[in-house]
Amino acid sequence: MKKKWFSLFILPMATIILAGCSFKQTGQSITAVGSSALQPLVEAAGDEFTKENAGEFINVQGGGSGTGLSQIQTGSVEIGNSDLYASQKSGIDASKLVDHKVAVVGVTPVINRKIPIKNLSTTQLAKIFSGDITNWQQLGGPNQEIVVINRAQGSGTRDTFERWVMKGRSAVQAQEQDSTGMVRQIVATTPGAISYMAFPYVDKTVKTVNVDGVTPTAKHVTTNQWQIWSYEHMYTNGKPTGLTARFMDYILSDAIQNKVVATMGYIPVKDMKVSRSLQGKVVQLSHEK
Amino acid sequence: MKNDDIRASLMKRSRAAKNERFGKTLTGLCILIIITVVVSIFFFVASKGLATFFTNKVNLWKFLTGTIWNPGATDAQGNPQVGALPMIVGSFAVTFLAAIVATPFAIGAAVFMTEISPKIGRKVLQPVIELLVGIPSVVYGFIGLSVVVPFVRRTFGGSGFGILSGTFVLFVMILPTVTSMTIDALNSVPRNYREASLALGATRWQTIYKVVLRASTSGIITAIVFGMSRAFGEALAVQMVIGNAMLLPGNLISPASTLTSVLTMGMGNSVMGSLSNNALWSLALLLLIMPLIFNIIIRKIAKKGAIR
Repeated sequence: MKKKWFSLFILPMATIILAGCSFKQTGQSITAVGSSALQPLVEAAGDEFTKENAGEFINVQGGGSGTGLSQIQTGSVEIGNSDLYASQKSGIDASKLVDHKVAVVGVTPVINRKIPIKNLSTTQLAKIFSGDITNWQQLGGPNQEIVVINRAQGSGTRDTFERWVMKGRSAVQAQEQDSTGMVRQIVATTPGAISYMAFPYVDKTVKTVNVDGVTPTAKHVTTNQWQIWSYEHMYTNGKPTGLTARFMDYILSDAIQNKVVATMGYIPVKDMKVSRSLQGKVVQLSHEK
Repeated sequence: MKNDDIRASLMKRSRAAKNERFGKTLTGLCILIIITVVVSIFFFVASKGLATFFTNKVNLWKFLTGTIWNPGATDAQGNPQVGALPMIVGSFAVTFLAAIVATPFAIGAAVFMTEISPKIGRKVLQPVIELLVGIPSVVYGFIGLSVVVPFVRRTFGGSGFGILSGTFVLFVMILPTVTSMTIDALNSVPRNYREASLALGATRWQTIYKVVLRASTSGIITAIVFGMSRAFGEALAVQMVIGNAMLLPGNLISPASTLTSVLTMGMGNSVMGSLSNNALWSLALLLLIMPLIFNIIIRKIAKKGAIR
């Protein structure tokens, strides 16, 4: 009886100790935490990196842009992923963080497939999301109430959308969801629903709409004709060193930018024909071939 | 010489005593760890949650009665907009409604299983109920999203997201808890109560209604409060069906939100130490205090209604 009891106690202990050991043996690893929009990209790049550099691991975790920025701020992780500029987030001291723009992601409004609307102007969109327009009839659609679905406050995608569409108007209090997956599911199944999501998440279950006659494509983002986009940032605390530096170089290398970034629906930074500053100033990039 | 040996062996601590002591230390240590964990959680949540009021100078009354939740922005006077009333109302609404719907079913099932047909109850219904307890909340939420929400939308209109959907999902979630605790309460009614009642010529129904249920009232209420405390803390399943709009719910089918759903949604998007983060910790503190109150209620009831 006593023995049984003892082993019950020993077993978890041993497991914990073993787990601790195995961590040590695998050599180097760094952790990247933050934005769920950027997570799939970093994960894919991390896998490739480990394939080429045996024994070096990139742990990638989600948690949201806020988590990423606050974790990198306190130095508890090596890389903080964010959809936002660090200085846009209150409570973050951006001066110590080094920004690495690894990709660009476009955000598009999506609507339920049954709504036969193909184009909306920025003003119309703003009116929908601020609650001034509440029925699709007002936009030439069927007599169907508009169900607005927002992302959670502080979400990078929401921030991007509101910055370039709402332009200072405050959003109507509406449904909020904390993940793009849920948003897609709800827009697909709820009549009259409208929301927005990053390009990589768009699939057949929802319908994208053109904004001011511009189709939501990567090409239009690169020229800023499609204005609703943001940089994907990977922040390091100070200049990166060692494994972190090599991984940052790796993710910006042509191999990853051309292969992984583009196939996952993100837009490689080097494809951008314009650059946009924190304040939103757009500069044409002189193109060297 | 021989006496000394005996003396020594008597003075020495025996094997059994050593075992006893070892066991005592070990169990004591476990208790100590648990207490430390509980106390540190309370301290941590309280220190973070109270920061909203002390560091950010938010008025407690405004926090509890304000209706606009927008911690990222300030209103015209420059005060942060952290009104938690919509979430508090949402949380209590789904909790009470779920308890109201679940209670008759739970009592009915429990009466059937203990008084009417204990055999089928033990063999068939007990395992079913235990199975229900074991289903993860995300599964309930997913079923709620794909079955309950469209059902509510078709039947009652609106988008389908709202307190009504949350009630339906929570009802199923707390039903097994309430049922099995009610069963325990009914079983604890002494056999001689029933025998005395039947001997006086009461029918089975009269016995159940006038004697068994009356005698176990406090146990049943404990079961309901316990279920409510579970409903109050449930996050994921409710979040998936309630719509998460920080609005005072005008009716049962318009999107609303609960304390838990706001918490899970906002955590990843706010920065430690900022107002929006502290405000979330204040919600967490509220969530921590409520079960405490529920527990106190349970204890009060148990003390009052103990069968002797």
